[in-house]
Amino acid sequence: MNTSKTDISSTPATQYAGPWRTAWRDVRRNKVAVGSLVVLFIIIAACLAAPWYADHVMHLDAFSSNINGTYLVNGVPKPVLETSTSGLGLGVNPIGPTWDPANFFLGADNQGRDVMSRLLYGGRNSLMIGFVSAVICCVLAGLVGVVAGYFGGGLDAVLSRGLDVLWAFPVYLLAICLSVVLINATLDIGPITLTSGSIILPILIIGVIYVPYVARPIRGQTMSLREREFVQASVGAGATDARLLRREILPNVLPTLIVFLPLMTAINMLTESALSFLSIGVQPPDASWGTVINDGVGLLYTRPMVAIAPGVMLAITAVALNLFGDGIRDALDPKARLRGAV
Amino acid sequence: MPAVAQCSDVGNDSVPMHRASSISVAHIPRACQVHVVTIESLRPADWTPMKLHRLAAMSMAATLALGLTACSSGGSTTPTDSASASTAPTATAGYQAEHAGGTVTLLAKGAGGTLDPKVNYTLQYWQLFQATYDGLTGFKKVNGEDSFTVVPDLAESIPEATNGGKTYVFPLRKGIKFSDGTDVTVDDVVASFQRIFKVSSPTAGGFYAGIVGADLCLTTPATCTLDGGVVADKTANTVTINLIAPDPEFLYKLSVPHAAINPKSAPVTDAGNAPIPTTGPYMFKSYDPNTSLVMVRNPNFTEWSTDAQPKGYPDEIDYKFGLTVEASVTAVENGQANWLYDPPPADRLAEIGTKYAPQVHVEPLTAYWYAPMNVNIPPFNNLQARQAVNWAVDRNSIVQLLGGPKLAAPVCTLLPPGFPGHVDDCQYTNPAGTTWQGPDLAKAKQLVLDSGTAGQSVAIVVTDDEVNKAVGEYMQSVLNSIGYKATVKAISNNIQFTYIQNSNNKVQISVTQWYQDYPAASDFLNVLLGCASFTPGSDSSINMSGYCDKTIQAQMDDALTTEQTSMDDANVKWAAIDKALMTASPQAPLITPQLVNFLSAGTGNYQFSKQFYMLVDQLWVK
Repeated sequence: MNTSKTDISSTPATQYAGPWRTAWRDVRRNKVAVGSLVVLFIIIAACLAAPWYADHVMHLDAFSSNINGTYLVNGVPKPVLETSTSGLGLGVNPIGPTWDPANFFLGADNQGRDVMSRLLYGGRNSLMIGFVSAVICCVLAGLVGVVAGYFGGGLDAVLSRGLDVLWAFPVYLLAICLSVVLINATLDIGPITLTSGSIILPILIIGVIYVPYVARPIRGQTMSLREREFVQASVGAGATDARLLRREILPNVLPTLIVFLPLMTAINMLTESALSFLSIGVQPPDASWGTVINDGVGLLYTRPMVAIAPGVMLAITAVALNLFGDGIRDALDPKARLRGAV
Repeated sequence: MPAVAQCSDVGNDSVPMHRASSISVAHIPRACQVHVVTIESLRPADWTPMKLHRLAAMSMAATLALGLTACSSGGSTTPTDSASASTAPTATAGYQAEHAGGTVTLLAKGAGGTLDPKVNYTLQYWQLFQATYDGLTGFKKVNGEDSFTVVPDLAESIPEATNGGKTYVFPLRKGIKFSDGTDVTVDDVVASFQRIFKVSSPTAGGFYAGIVGADLCLTTPATCTLDGGVVADKTANTVTINLIAPDPEFLYKLSVPHAAINPKSAPVTDAGNAPIPTTGPYMFKSYDPNTSLVMVRNPNFTEWSTDAQPKGYPDEIDYKFGLTVEASVTAVENGQANWLYDPPPADRLAEIGTKYAPQVHVEPLTAYWYAPMNVNIPPFNNLQARQAVNWAVDRNSIVQLLGGPKLAAPVCTLLPPGFPGHVDDCQYTNPAGTTWQGPDLAKAKQLVLDSGTAGQSVAIVVTDDEVNKAVGEYMQSVLNSIGYKATVKAISNNIQFTYIQNSNNKVQISVTQWYQDYPAASDFLNVLLGCASFTPGSDSSINMSGYCDKTIQAQMDDALTTEQTSMDDANVKWAAIDKALMTASPQAPLITPQLVNFLSAGTGNYQFSKQFYMLVDQLWVK
């Protein structure tokens, strides 16, 4: 017996670092996930540097109209918005990309503002709205899903029907309806007042509308966990509901929520951009990638870069988030490991 | 002159002139009344001034200046001549039969609503009504300034007003038939005037409330008889119209489509998509607002007056709906259509202005863009705050947003350049001058500080089309720069114009447009800022500023009275009123726009009536 115990304690079991560290190790071994993370890091860092870029590189306020502004070409000032001089002289075109980081790198929009600065500022808002709303969504979904799945009965019925109702609306239609109603109004929630145009409104709207998409699988997983042996053992040992939820259910549900987080961030960013494109998300003069795309719609023929640049950034970020999310899923999902996914 | 896209449509929605049908009649802003000085008490509660606003349309393409601006307040950017550049042939002497025939194809993003000439209040269809319907009088259908002239149409002549200016006896022409073959009689004329009220025409309370008996018609439209107001004499073949008080602008009001003569058998409700028989050279063959409107020659039309109703050239006029504006521009470029109603998108202007310059016509409009400020709520219940906005806004920046100095010009007055009563004057420009020079931000900031309104929140309400949103964002930037916390509310074209009129919505400042109905100063000053034009809580309160100054109102009433004896003397008074209003600053006038008409290659005989815009039935396609 002693020999047997000695053998067990001295074998690979001592090298097991725990599920989280193991998962992180697996993520690091996933080159696609690491590459996506690097891309995300670069994008986030660039967006965080937006104020520095606007103040110290472009030397131009990204939020004020600059319609009669000028820029220098070989020391000669030229108008940022140039009136057509050919033909009948109709139309005014903002400067296009100069590819000079200090001089309208991506050109100007119809207010004469630097597109690069607004792209970076817009990225801050898009990423922030996407991430925060994803956190809100996952927290709410986790709460609703776990409570409904664990307690079942009437409470489950009520919560599930609520999710059904929310799910019955096409998500974009629901988001548009809520935005149209709320975005231009001041919203009083107890002691909290959200003024019109507040960035918190799109965060809350987007965070709420996707709750059913996450809560449903969480509820199912909780129902499954509730019947597992280790949970039944705890029940038999006299554990309270609170302890069961805290010590047995939540730790097992958490990896799923973590997997959802980057995926929902990408989805929420796209939703935010759609709302902002429709002028019911981030409000001017603030920027998001959706508002910058909207700014570029009227310039598609003459200055397509205004719309293309944020579109490309949005696509790259969404793809990176999805690939990173896949990596996390593979790392946190034991079945995936057994399948040799990592 | 009632013209085109303009004026007062309170209550209408968005698009160019505005659909009266969509307006609820519940108030009678005095706007229209303006013209009927002594009948305020008669103003029906349902009168809705026409809006002027053709936003979307003019928004992008519109703009400033030329011809009119030569004498305008437009500073350095004021153009001096029309930019029309067509090389297409133009009729110079009489009807040229060799160009008759063919089909003219017109394009628009959407239809213009009801076909009923007494209800429709859109520029889009008023343009077509010129070739289809006639009133007792009409605006001369010619190119240029002469198009403001009122000429006899179904009436043989324009009578002198008698009975102290209150009675007109119109002799009706004989031998004119409706397109269904029935004769036009004096009974049709009486029925047509009754029908104005029975269908609740949007200008019933504004333009026609001064007719004797109109008060009862406005109260109970279904039983309207206009007893004693419009009287037919079958023997003499005359129609007598009696007014409650002299109205020097009455002939203008008789010349707009709402006063068109329809058969007495016409329905007493909005005819909607069902065409009413016409008297003009064309009639409506079919209409589906989702796809197309087809006009063909009226087989019973015989030209009776070249000035009032000239014979048309094309055999058929097809108006197709549904294409995007971008696609419409491409279709005209490719010769698949002859003209598009909507203004070309901003990013296509340079292209059509260079590659297709000979096919482009840029026309000055008697209209302006302005920012009404609500004088009854903070911060613009403070005179200094309002003046600060006028000092701060750089009109040249807005000109740029509308497509440059060839498409818009800055204005400093409420009456557009070239309009009766306009005098160059600019109270808010730096350096000082009689035309726009530049803003004075320092003075604006100081005024905001002095007013004690600095730091207050201000919401700017604009429509959600590209150009208006851009103007709103610019205004937001300006207001932020002088000390306010500004936000932009961009709402649908369909509701913005009525939304900003209703004082219950507590709109502080907005951006909108006004186009003349007819060439009289009262159509701007009294309509937009008269006391009777402000109806609290109404969607039909065209005085969006809620401005009512008893002293200035008395001056306007006096000017209206003066119009009965001398328009020149009256215009001097209107100019003084304009100046006084600018001092009070209930609005910030911004720019006066120009209209871009883009025709396909080979489309000839382009003629632009300043009153009703391009004469579509005079185009040549052969």
